[in-house]
Amino acid sequence: MPFFTPGDDPGSNFPELLRRIGMTSHSSVLTPAVPGHELSVPHATTCVAVKFADGVVMAGDRRATSGNLISHRTMEKVVQADRHSAVAIAGAAGPAMEMVKMFQLQLEHYEKVEGNALSLEGKANQLSAMVRGNLPAAMQGMVVVPIFAGFDLRRSAGRLWDFDATGGRYEERDFVSTGSGSLHASTVMKVGYHPELGRDEALQLACRALWEAADADSATGGPDVLRGIYPVVAAIDVDGWERIDDVDLFTRFDSIREEASHR
Amino acid sequence: MSQPFYVAPEQMMKDRADYARKGIARGRALVALRYTEGLVIVAENGSDTLRKVSEIYDRIAFAGVGKYNEFDQLRVAGVRAADLKGFQYSRDDVDARSLANSYAQMLGNIFTHEMKPMEVEILVAEVGLAEEGDQMFHLLYDGTVVDARDYAAIGGDAEAVRERLAATWSAGLGRSAAVHVGLNALSGPDREISAAELEVAELSRSHGRRCFSRIDATELAAILA
Repeated sequence: MPFFTPGDDPGSNFPELLRRIGMTSHSSVLTPAVPGHELSVPHATTCVAVKFADGVVMAGDRRATSGNLISHRTMEKVVQADRHSAVAIAGAAGPAMEMVKMFQLQLEHYEKVEGNALSLEGKANQLSAMVRGNLPAAMQGMVVVPIFAGFDLRRSAGRLWDFDATGGRYEERDFVSTGSGSLHASTVMKVGYHPELGRDEALQLACRALWEAADADSATGGPDVLRGIYPVVAAIDVDGWERIDDVDLFTRFDSIREEASHR
Repeated sequence: MSQPFYVAPEQMMKDRADYARKGIARGRALVALRYTEGLVIVAENGSDTLRKVSEIYDRIAFAGVGKYNEFDQLRVAGVRAADLKGFQYSRDDVDARSLANSYAQMLGNIFTHEMKPMEVEILVAEVGLAEEGDQMFHLLYDGTVVDARDYAAIGGDAEAVRERLAATWSAGLGRSAAVHVGLNALSGPDREISAAELEVAELSRSHGRRCFSRIDATELAAILA
């Protein structure tokens, strides 16, 4: 059982606790990249987040690719971080999943040690530090670029952030997307967004954005009706995270398919 | 150089134990008891911010009586140990028994080696996947571990509280009934404890991954009404 003297106490910081007891989470031994010999690891692709009147919607496709190959069909890139926030990731899948795991642990650890949860802004800041910590790996091609979104209980509003590989943290006003299909996804959202968007419309817009991204980007997976695999779509409002079930998603994507078949 | 006076080890242990017991006896008691969905913990606590009962891990709760700063230190150490173990292995590998053993080791060590023993008694409770898995461990200031199955009481006057629990607790209690049993055991026949003086929390199987939750003032008022 870890016990620290007052000056040495890691407080509510879980990664720091790991360091104090000699368990570092990330390998710091990285060799310089040899051009043309980049490590081929699975990459996660398109994720989007969009605000609506009472919260925020997040969605991400399920495909991970290694070069031209599909390496996973069921990856979950939109992950609940805690009750009122979620994180979506694009980039090298291994480090990204590790980062999400550490992020979830840190939020829960903080909440338990301190007795109350971090503010939404504090959570975004925490994630920013983790992305910055991944910079050496990013220089080797293992870039991780998350989106963070959640419901801010103090301000009673949904908020969202995107990040760059150096840990830069940018709060966005309306919507955000990340990953290889983000160009197409954000165009759809740019056209479809308006400030009075309701929950249902926001869900539909996010699904539509993923559909169009999958339509034009080979690394983004569309709804896989054959295997029954649908994107992860979730809404976060004052009552917390709620993942939309596959039956609902089937109806949504079916209506998009119907619409697309007429153009 | 002056030689310290010789004190017999028996005497030294007795003095330390008396010291710790005195500190604990001053504090107010808390009880934990099983109900159909898990465990409720009812504590007499006038403070709204300095908690006696808190979450350690998915299925594990912590409760302490005695000196606040001392049991809070133990609480944080428990959260750290549990989170580390869950990170290193799996969330399923974190259990109350091994946590209780770590606490016992630490308390025992402090009792014999430090200047003063900790003036605390703690309870580590775990809710199982099924009723058979529910368990509680009661730890004393010197590291003694006592396991309890259905109910436990710690703190000042715990013996009397435990006797009242033995008489009133029965299997198959609902949640509000369990809170009432706990409250009546704490207050005894000739005293009344107001809702503002209570801190109530539960570990419930029906809560999903994180079983711990506090029963807040409005909910408690509804239960006690």
